[in-house]
Amino acid sequence: MNYFLTEEQQMLRDLTSQIAEEKIVPVRAELDEKEEFPHEIMKVLAQSDIFGIFIPEEYGGLGMGSFELCLAVEELSKACLGVSTTYAANALGTYPILLFGSEEQKRKYLPDIAAGKRLVAFALTEANAGSDAAGVQTTATKDGDHYILNGTKQWITNGGEADIYTVIAMTDRSKGPRGASAFIVEKGTPGFSFGKKEKKMGIRASVTSELIFDNCRIPRENLLGREGMGFIVAMKTLDQSRVGVGAQGLGVAQGAIDEAIKFAKQRVQFGKPIISFQAIQHMLADMATQVEASRALVYAVARHIDSGAKDFSKVSAMAKVFATDTAMRVTTDAVQVMGGSGYMREYPVEKMMRDAKILQIYEGTNQIQRNVIGQALIKEAAGRENDS
Amino acid sequence: MKIVVCIKQVPDTAEVRINPETNTLIRDGVPSIINPYDLHAIEAGLHLKESLGGSVTVLTMGPPQAEGALREAVSIGADEAVLLTDRAFAGSDTLATAYTLSSAVRTMGFDIILCGKQAIDGDTAQVGPEMAEFLDIPHVAYVGKFEDISREGLRVRRLMEDGYDIVETPIPVLLTVVRELNQPRLPSLKGKMRAKKAEIKKLSLADIGADGERVGLAGSPTQVKNIFAPEARKDRKTLAGTPEEQAARLIEELRGLKCI
Ligand SMILES: Cc1cc2nc3c(=O)[nH]c(=O)nc-3n(C[C@H](O)[C@H](O)[C@H](O)COP(=O)(O)OP(=O)(O)OC[C@H]3O[C@@H](n4cnc5c(N)ncnc54)[C@H](O)[C@@H]3O)c2cc1C
Repeated sequence: MNYFLTEEQQMLRDLTSQIAEEKIVPVRAELDEKEEFPHEIMKVLAQSDIFGIFIPEEYGGLGMGSFELCLAVEELSKACLGVSTTYAANALGTYPILLFGSEEQKRKYLPDIAAGKRLVAFALTEANAGSDAAGVQTTATKDGDHYILNGTKQWITNGGEADIYTVIAMTDRSKGPRGASAFIVEKGTPGFSFGKKEKKMGIRASVTSELIFDNCRIPRENLLGREGMGFIVAMKTLDQSRVGVGAQGLGVAQGAIDEAIKFAKQRVQFGKPIISFQAIQHMLADMATQVEASRALVYAVARHIDSGAKDFSKVSAMAKVFATDTAMRVTTDAVQVMGGSGYMREYPVEKMMRDAKILQIYEGTNQIQRNVIGQALIKEAAGRENDS
Repeated sequence: MKIVVCIKQVPDTAEVRINPETNTLIRDGVPSIINPYDLHAIEAGLHLKESLGGSVTVLTMGPPQAEGALREAVSIGADEAVLLTDRAFAGSDTLATAYTLSSAVRTMGFDIILCGKQAIDGDTAQVGPEMAEFLDIPHVAYVGKFEDISREGLRVRRLMEDGYDIVETPIPVLLTVVRELNQPRLPSLKGKMRAKKAEIKKLSLADIGADGERVGLAGSPTQVKNIFAPEARKDRKTLAGTPEEQAARLIEELRGLKCI
């Protein structure tokens, strides 16, 4: 399909695809097996300017948008979702600064992020605040020119490896969701440490850790936006990044299809390559059709965001739900097409299937995405009734 | 520090197939790549520039299409690119190639020249050392490691069949490099964008002031009779002493063998 990429977008896709093929595919199984953080690959991405894609040129980036970020994430995800999660979580953590940071904060942090010198993480989730983000219990108490943070964040991607953390904490619990604020916390700040590192089903090259704040003092300049804007920062950030989770879905699903086709062409049973059986062809046909439909939706939503649209929660949620549900189905079917071989670690599809599952859970479960879409539909319908 | 890296565009042998009827290579439609060893030379050039400052210029002799290889080198990080191209250069053997390239680098200026150990479509490993002879500068072939880098000179590890030598050399110098030296970096996005627009400087026979009789087919005495990999010689002697003493002993030895 021709998606009318510009020459620069084509270059970006070629380069990320080259990185995926040459630097990620050869090591992905080992990183998964050893649950090892991909330091070397992050260096390659930094050297190749991939961290700068979505950061404006005045802060050392390439000044591209959501669509280009999706192209890069898709290519990396074809090779390894663990690696692409590490990369995408960096963007997730950077959006609060990009969208709500002051000029000073942007100057201070964005150039190093664009150069890949400092990795970022986004910290919202806590033991009692999963889908119900308003359950955040971490507090930030004002103390003169400082805030003092106390509490524990859990399941934070890049926790421990990142240098910069954007953290949601309550500045005024009496105000409920309007009492949350967003902060930048740097690794090494006294009172900020890392707890348990999770053992996971998939995306095992990415690290997921606990963040512990114990009377952690941070300067007032580290507040993002104004006090009380914490949930707005978090929600706008997630609206931006969700389409990227859709792009992860496209990538892993396409990777699985490519493997399944390669296998089906050479596996012979009943005297014929299994790809000659209609049952196999139909599975592959459905897989490819679903992925192409997902791609069209994800690309269209990313371009819609880049066009300067104001409210895109609904379509961003649609792209995430559709492409990631597709990814789960397609990776599962890829294992089926390959039979017992697909189930073995010798082939990459069992990892793709394990990895794909996270896409339906993080950055808002797919149930929550449907809630978002449903609420938007109700609001739109109400708007139409008022108009008439 | 002016660093010049000589590169060659070659057919991607991984993609070359064999015509089963004629048993010859099918070169049609095979993509061109930068000679793999030359990617290590480019990386070495960038590494030296990062340590010593200066600039990296990539140079190739070839048809106009060789511009693609130069642009790729720019996307990896080379500052400038020069294409030596002229009908008169067609049909060059290693001697004519080395003569032409050395004439070009002489007009361009250089401190360090880097070449890949050999090109995968010819495997002679002759062009680098021959260039150094034309330029009358020292060379070290098969460099597998930089032991020490300074503006005054380089200390390098030269990989040999039976071990390695540590060689110290002043600058200017020509080095040919092997895969063990480094891990070539990939292009960067900014590099790719720069490469698209980069000016490729073109030099012809007239521009480099070379002798027209010594380039191209006319300047190529090589006649290929047989192609084989030479066997490693075992009957070897190592001469010790100061360079003067070694030279004197070498002349003695050669006289003894009636070579001179
Ligand atoms: C590997 C990994 C990495 C992560 N990285 C980060 C990170 O970097 N930063 C960060 O802040 N968080 C991160 N998270 C947290 C992630 O975003 C949450 O896990 C997710 O939002 C869901 O929350 P939960 O796991 O507590 O599930 P719960 O909220 O407990 O949900 C359990 C089930 O109930 C359903 N459910 C809950 N509420 C509703 C409802 N109202 N309607 C319908 N169904 C509902 C859910 O869909 C789900 O099926 C990560 C999680 C994982 C597993």
